[in-house]
This record gives sequence, structure tokens and C-alpha cells, in this order.
Amino acid sequence: MTVEKQSELPLRAQEDVVAARQFVRSWAVELGLNLVDQTKIITAASELARNAVIHGGGGLIRIEILLDTGKRGMRLTFEDQGPGIVDIERAMSDGYTTGNGLGLGLGGAKRLSHEFSIESKPGAGTRISIIRWKS
Amino acid sequence: MMVVSTHPISEVIQRHENELLADWLRLQNQNLASRRDRISESQLRANSQDFVMGLREAMSVSDSVDTTQPAWARLREILAEFSKQRAALGFSPAETATFVFSFKQALFGKLRQEYGGDPAKFAELTWAATEILDQLGLFTVQVYTKTRESVILRQQQELLELSTPVVELWTGILALPLIGTLDSNRTQVVMQNLLEAIVAKEADLAIIDITGVPTVDTLVAQHLLKTVAAARLMGADCIISGIRPQIAQTIIHLGVDLGAVITKATLADAFRLALKKKNLSIGTR
Amino acid sequence: MDRIPLLKIGDFLLVTVQVDMHDRLAVALQDDLTERIVTSRARGVLIDISALDIVDSFIGRMLGNIAAMARILDAETVVVGMQPSVAITLVELGLSLPGIRTALNIDRGMDLLRAAAGEMGATDSDGREAV
Repeated sequence: MTVEKQSELPLRAQEDVVAARQFVRSWAVELGLNLVDQTKIITAASELARNAVIHGGGGLIRIEILLDTGKRGMRLTFEDQGPGIVDIERAMSDGYTTGNGLGLGLGGAKRLSHEFSIESKPGAGTRISIIRWKS
Repeated sequence: MMVVSTHPISEVIQRHENELLADWLRLQNQNLASRRDRISESQLRANSQDFVMGLREAMSVSDSVDTTQPAWARLREILAEFSKQRAALGFSPAETATFVFSFKQALFGKLRQEYGGDPAKFAELTWAATEILDQLGLFTVQVYTKTRESVILRQQQELLELSTPVVELWTGILALPLIGTLDSNRTQVVMQNLLEAIVAKEADLAIIDITGVPTVDTLVAQHLLKTVAAARLMGADCIISGIRPQIAQTIIHLGVDLGAVITKATLADAFRLALKKKNLSIGTR
Repeated sequence: MDRIPLLKIGDFLLVTVQVDMHDRLAVALQDDLTERIVTSRARGVLIDISALDIVDSFIGRMLGNIAAMARILDAETVVVGMQPSVAITLVELGLSLPGIRTALNIDRGMDLLRAAAGEMGATDSDGREAV
């Protein structure tokens, strides 16, 4: 699998979440995703970017276009150096909320993506990756 | 003064153009005996004339046998157009390439006529001709394949759309009669079409009729329910009709919860309900 | 900071969301609407989201909050114009927008609001039921 191109954006403030949505949109259009698939990945990006800003104390989003044996896709990685997630499974279950609401964000992003991976340890930050392949 | 090197083959073509064309057409007609219905005599002649002219021109400005060179661009364009036409008409790749390859025979005949007495020269020229025509023949196959692929893709798309039309039964009432087996992919496309039709026709009632669907698996059932939910979010209600006893059993077996979704046994029942919801009724004159 | 304009049409408030909102703007909208419902004695709120390409869980919660607050203030909320791809994504996301009525467009939405206001009974400006 090769990375055709990549870019990074900071996620420090709310405006960055909007910027991330727009950036993901432009690359999704370029990749040739159909409208529904575009909507899914941008929505997932919005959820995860917001989490990074609000719960992760800020971080970054890395956007990559992947090429893997005949299929192309987009991978988004969200990294923060925040407090990390204590109970990942619980955080992934819908409805779970820590006040401002992590609920639906993680589980939702997973449902909207073809592939989802998460690494998080209390005190060691969080890294979440999602991939959507072009059909 | 620019020195233009004309390939001997080009000169041969020029000198015997009419006969070459005639011989070649005869050969093509033999090969295409079964295809007379697909292509007219005049079309064949026009194609062949273009090719011969293009070949002569290309070889009059260059003595290279490398057909990727700029001098050959015009001829490649002619062949590409020809290939696309044949692909669209339903010819096979072999039949399409035969157009070029059959020219070899005609050309060799003329080369022998001109250079038969000079074996070395004759060998050199037939080798060059073979090089060139083989490349061009392969090129037509390449273009053909690409064209065929895009034709097939387009036909698949059209088939998909044809087989799942959204019908406007009345102002604001749509019907989606699903027919045949539904795979996950097709179901998603179909459902998207319905939602878009809801917007386009400003219909707040949609009847999804599955009378013509033999089996429903979990995935399809889920897609159906998701579509109903999505339509609801957009402000439209759905009625699912045509649930046969077997399908009803399957749905229960699978544990799929139809929830608040309205179901009716037949499309007619669903239409009656839709009219009622809109405070409409059908009366006699 | 920009704020999203609110229009009063008869007894109802109309909001047309046309920008990609950041969270603060969405919260401001929520607050503005709630205040305006009170000050204008609005009987209903119509939120037009036909221009929104993306509705994530934050916006979804905002819509839910608006509907809940409006109900406490005796007003109905109708969300109109959701795009098909947004609807499909919300369903996939698992967001159901409970307690929110939806309609295809502003016209239908207004019809819904008028019907709901009619059901609640005609009241004069003092809030007393008409006999």
C-alpha cells in the first residue's frame, strides 16, 4: 500500500474543525467519491476533529490518499496528546457522554468508515484512524 | 531546405493506391462475411480510404517504423476513432484488428510486384511493413478494449436505473416497485434514487413495493429500514407493500424490527392508504 | 462574530442555515432562538437546513435542544429540507433527532406548524383560550 499524497492540519480551535471539514471535502471530491460517501467521511472527520479539540486538548489531522492493489482510498488520522481514553469500549458505545458528549462520535465515525482503528492510553494521548475506499 | 525522407512503402502505396484499396476491400469482405448487417459497404470503403491515406502520409514524412512518433499521430487518431466505432457496433476485438492485419496481405502483394526482383530490399520492406502494421493492429485492440469497458460500464448503469424506476402514482405519492433479487449494492443505489425522487417530485409519501422480490436477507432488510428512516428525516413517510408470507417469516426469523413502519399486503392497499392520508379519494363520474 | 439571522413570519420564526457552522455559532443560534421565541411569542420554529451538506452529532444535538426548549415555551419545531445524503449519513451515524418534526420544504413545514398551532387551540394575545 502506498501513500499517494498527504497533508496535515492543526486542530486547536473550533474554526479548525470547520477547516478540516472543508479540506477533507476537497480531497474527497478529487478522489472521486460519490456524494453519499463524501458526506460520510466528512461527517466522521467532523466528529473526530471535534473530539481532538475538545477532549484531546488539541492535536492534528493527517489526510492521506492511499493506493492499494487497484483501489484508492482516503485515510484520516486524528492525533492528540490529551488525557487519553480510560475505557475505549465504553467510549465507543453510543450514548456514552462525558458532559460535552463523546457519545455517538467514536461509534458513529466507525460506522461511517470502511476501516477504523484507535490507540489510546490514559496520559498518553489518542490516535484514531479511519479509511474510506473509493467504490 | 528541409530534406523529407519518403519511405519506399509510401511510394508503393501512392503508385498503387486504387488497386491496393480494391484488394484490401475484397479481403475484408471475405473476413467480414457474417457482419454485413453491421456495417455498410460505403462505411467500410470510407474507413479503408482514410487508413491508406493516413498510412501514406505518415510514411511520406518519416522513415521510422516507430508508430509512437509524432508523424504517426494523425493515423493513430484515425484508427482510434475507427476502433471506438467498431466497439460500439459490437464487433469483436479480433474483427477490429483484422482491419489492419488484412491490409498486410494486400500490401505485400504490391511490394512483391515492385521489389520482387530484389530479395534483400523486398525482405527489408516486408519486415518494416510487418513492424508497422503489427503495432497499429495492437493499437486498435488497445483502444477497442478501453472503449468496450466504458460501454459495458455505461450499460450496467443504465440497466440498474431501468430496473428500478421510481413512479409517481399521484401528486406527492411515489411508488418504487422492486423486482428481482436485491444485492446490497443494488439496494443502496435504488434507495438513493428513491430519496432523490422524493426531493425532485416533492413527494411526502413513498410506497416501496417488494412483491417482485423473491428473498430478503438481513442486509437488504436493514437497507430498507434505513431508507425509511432517511425518508422520515427528510419529511416523507414510507409504506412497504407486497410482503409475502415467506418474506414475513424471514423478517421475523432474522429478528428485524420493523418498528413503526407501515406495511400493507399489496401495492393497491398501500395506494389506498396513501390517498386516505392525503384526504383524497377516487370517485365515479 | 456573525450570527444567523432569524425571521418572524406571522406567528412563527424562520431560520435558514446557510453556513458551515462552527460550534460557537451553533450554540449562539440555539440561544438566540430561545430568547426570540419568548420575546416574539412565537408558536413555532422552522429550521431550513436545505443548504447544509453536513449534519454531525453536534448539529443534531443542537436541533434536538432547540426543539426541547421550544416545546417548553409552547412552540413546535419543524426541520425542513434535509438533503438525501445527509439523511442517509445521519441514519448510519445513529442519530434519530427525536422529538423533531420534519418536512420536505418551507411550504410544507409552515403547513405543519399551522396545523400544530391550530390543534393547540386559538388563543388571544393574553394567552387565554378563545371561547
